[in-house]
Amino acid sequence: MTSPRSETVAKLTPVLTKRWGVPDAWKIDTYEKLEGYLALRKALKAHPDDLIALIKDSGLRGRGGAGFPTGMKWGFIPQNDGKPHYLVVNADEGEPGTCKDLPLMTSDPHALIEGVIIACYAIRSNRAFIYIRGEAVHAARRLRAAVEDAYKRGYLGKNILGSGFDLDLVVHSGAGAYICGEETALLDSLEGFRGQPRLRPPFPATHGLYACPTVVNNVGTIASVPHIVLGGAAWWKSMGTEKSSGPMIYSLSGRIANPGQYECGLGITLRELIELAGGMKPGHNLKFWTPGGSSTPLLTADHMDVPLDFESVAAAGSILGTTATQIFSDQDCPVYATYKWLEFYHHESCGKCTPCREGNYWMVRIYRRILAGEGTYEDLDTLLDTCDNILGRSFCGLGDGATSPVTSSLQYFKQDYLDYIEGRTAPRLRSAELVGAH
Amino acid sequence: MADFSDATRERAREIIARYPEGRERSALLPLLHLVQNEQGQVTPAGVTFCAEQLGITKAQVGAVATFYTMYKRRPTGEYLVSVCTNTLCDVLGGGDIFRTLSEDLGVGHDETTEDGKITLEHAECLAACDYGPVVTVNYDFYDEQTPQTASDLVTRLRNGERPQPTRGPRLCTLKEMALQLAGFPDDRDGAVAEGPAGAATLRGLQLAQQHGVTAPSYDPNTPIPSAPAKEAK
Repeated sequence: MTSPRSETVAKLTPVLTKRWGVPDAWKIDTYEKLEGYLALRKALKAHPDDLIALIKDSGLRGRGGAGFPTGMKWGFIPQNDGKPHYLVVNADEGEPGTCKDLPLMTSDPHALIEGVIIACYAIRSNRAFIYIRGEAVHAARRLRAAVEDAYKRGYLGKNILGSGFDLDLVVHSGAGAYICGEETALLDSLEGFRGQPRLRPPFPATHGLYACPTVVNNVGTIASVPHIVLGGAAWWKSMGTEKSSGPMIYSLSGRIANPGQYECGLGITLRELIELAGGMKPGHNLKFWTPGGSSTPLLTADHMDVPLDFESVAAAGSILGTTATQIFSDQDCPVYATYKWLEFYHHESCGKCTPCREGNYWMVRIYRRILAGEGTYEDLDTLLDTCDNILGRSFCGLGDGATSPVTSSLQYFKQDYLDYIEGRTAPRLRSAELVGAH
Repeated sequence: MADFSDATRERAREIIARYPEGRERSALLPLLHLVQNEQGQVTPAGVTFCAEQLGITKAQVGAVATFYTMYKRRPTGEYLVSVCTNTLCDVLGGGDIFRTLSEDLGVGHDETTEDGKITLEHAECLAACDYGPVVTVNYDFYDEQTPQTASDLVTRLRNGERPQPTRGPRLCTLKEMALQLAGFPDDRDGAVAEGPAGAATLRGLQLAQQHGVTAPSYDPNTPIPSAPAKEAK
């Protein structure tokens, strides 16, 4: 383990994480002492349209992976249309590698609730839902307790803080389905159906929950809102880059000395992040990594100086995603890693679209064959051909995501595949060892 | 059909009341968690119960119940032990942990020990990669496991002990957890407060604090520009 240099440590910008170190920040009394609900009081004095403009000016982009401009999303909600409007918070964290929203909701749930109230006031919504991943039980405990306390203090319910604005907030637990992190599948799930994506258009902004105008935002996006309301757009833009503004929680996991959550301005590099994390684990050298979860194409040691913002990662051939950087070393096999991810996509494909359902089923089988030492050169072509037939041919991004590790590992690590096929690498799998196969 | 208790029927009414009028079907996921609170699985009787509560068909309920992995269609144990075998946890040892527990317990994925204590499953990414490899018991986390520590954990569970989760409160049973999943508070004294934030969660923040590094400061009274003010600019 090595200590980071002070100029690298200076790149840390704890904003969303700043209260996490206070043990009882999840309690409303503590939260109120730490500027809690100050932004709400300020926001309720402003015109809702001015809040939408503020978020637009801040350049805040969605923290759930797609990076869509948040203020623009809010602006798409038609006003004076006579329909109820809804805010749905996507707290279905499950993208492999991603682990920033659960700690936020566990340590600082009121930050999310305060953001929800401000966002609802801005888009004129009187009912909001937080759709939290079922397995996230401790985060849900804290969140439910926090919602109850917020009602008792008059931050939720009728006539919030005397403003005349009403809001009801329900915390709704999912039941174990990765696909429900996709916003339209989430809405179907929240309506009491199987979580399967909808064809777009129409988009949720006009036909979302119960076919009414709906904003779906990630936990980190909504939790950023109170900070922007307090500090202003210019302050928010003083962090990050011109087009990717603000701080971002980078989730580092894998073969590094100190895995964890590191909040920095958008645009930090992997080299700097690894330095913050105390370097690689002894005896490990970086081989491949995901910039933002398993659905983002793998990058390599050649990409350590790519600024991790939306534009630069895209230019490097990948996607910033959820900034979940899973770090693998020369002791990890990219073929096996990709196989395990494909088992995941195969299991989690909702089955609605044939290319994703069937493509993932067959790709898993090809990987098993390769890893059992029975692969052929043709298998590699079949994998790429299958990816071609999945990418862009399904309702949602799950299938697209599944192709990311396949095409990128074949691009950078074809030799590792050939080593299995040509017998230089010992077979990794026997049929009895297929954990994850069901 | 098995008769559900009055308490469950009352809770079902509470759940349905959370959703807008005419949108009662939104209550289906929490209702399915609720029937697991009483029966430990979704039985045909549980499906019928949900269908009756919502005025939809059993086929509609069944289609939903079979889609989500947290709804169990076979009897479950007191403790659901989930081992993450997604890529990152797997390469750090999750696969070995699963194989060890499977041998120890003599059961495979989604199977329950004969004494009715433990249901074993492998899970997909549990959103705790900075603590990998992770195991959960009734969805509360045990971080940075090895085959040995995980083996000790299930041995203690089978012996009637309840080892403390790393970042959560004291364990409850799987049926008790289902009630929380249905949206009811954890009313065990002090349980919500239990469970410290983990070291990895706080690492970046503490590193900044050790070096006196903060985000740029701001004035909380920075005005929110109003539309006319912007036009004047």
